[in-house]
Amino acid sequence: MDSEQQLQMQEKRDLERKPGQRTRRKPMDPTQELQVQQKREREGKEEATIPARIFLPMADIYETEDALKVVLEMPGVEKASVQVHVEDGVLNVEGRLDLSKYKGLLPVYTEYNIGHYSRSFRLSNKINQDKIGAEMKEGVLSLTLPKVEEAKPRTIEVV
Amino acid sequence: MITAFTEPFDALLNLQRALESHRESDWMEDLTTSQGPFPPINVFQQGNDLLAIIELPGVEKSSLQIQAKENTIRISGKKAISYPDGVSVHRRERISGEFDRTLSLPVQVDPDRIKAEYRDGILALSLPRPERDKPRTITIN
Repeated sequence: MDSEQQLQMQEKRDLERKPGQRTRRKPMDPTQELQVQQKREREGKEEATIPARIFLPMADIYETEDALKVVLEMPGVEKASVQVHVEDGVLNVEGRLDLSKYKGLLPVYTEYNIGHYSRSFRLSNKINQDKIGAEMKEGVLSLTLPKVEEAKPRTIEVV
Repeated sequence: MITAFTEPFDALLNLQRALESHRESDWMEDLTTSQGPFPPINVFQQGNDLLAIIELPGVEKSSLQIQAKENTIRISGKKAISYPDGVSVHRRERISGEFDRTLSLPVQVDPDRIKAEYRDGILALSLPRPERDKPRTITIN
């Protein structure tokens, strides 16, 4: 569903491009030029008390033998402004920007939105929720969610 | 309009409005050396000078190159995402690859005084106007 929405958004932007500019074909093809992703806004039931907007950071999730790795892109967020916590089997990641840097600046030409980041994931009980590790570098947060020691499946011999 | 306190999100709200008005401006067109629209750039005005803020998370600093000439600026580099072998990918939303974007500004900037700072995935370029372009005050006798 998400990738469909992204594809639709990309198609819509293709139509808006002026003639003479290159149109994009398949996304995710490494030989093609890089796509620009529009930020998706986080929808919640409650309203925010501050006028700043909250967006979903782009996430890559992949699984190794021992752990699940979640990599989130939050440019502009310092290490100290990242909050990761687990509650009731839900992993919440929040990254706040220092918006005072934009004080006194007048936007002249804008292509992307600026705001805080927040995203939640529901963890399965295969994740050891006490041993989650997090690393932040150059605006990219890498979370390591180790898997619990599962009983290996045993074959039962029939005599 | 008088405000009792300075609104810290003024610049941010102005930006949201500017973005949402879908202003099709041919201000910074792709030049022929450009490979595409990545990375997205926001340009702000700070006093008389310009400040360009570019989101580039996860870029190898050694591959990032910025070249300036008269009124064009070229930003190129490589945004690399590497996974160890034998992993099973559940979701892939981040993009990776090489980028090369040239933008032309409608005003002249002084290439010798351009400052670039890359921190926390944000590249901030301060683009000062050359001294001769600054307005001069004229005294009245």
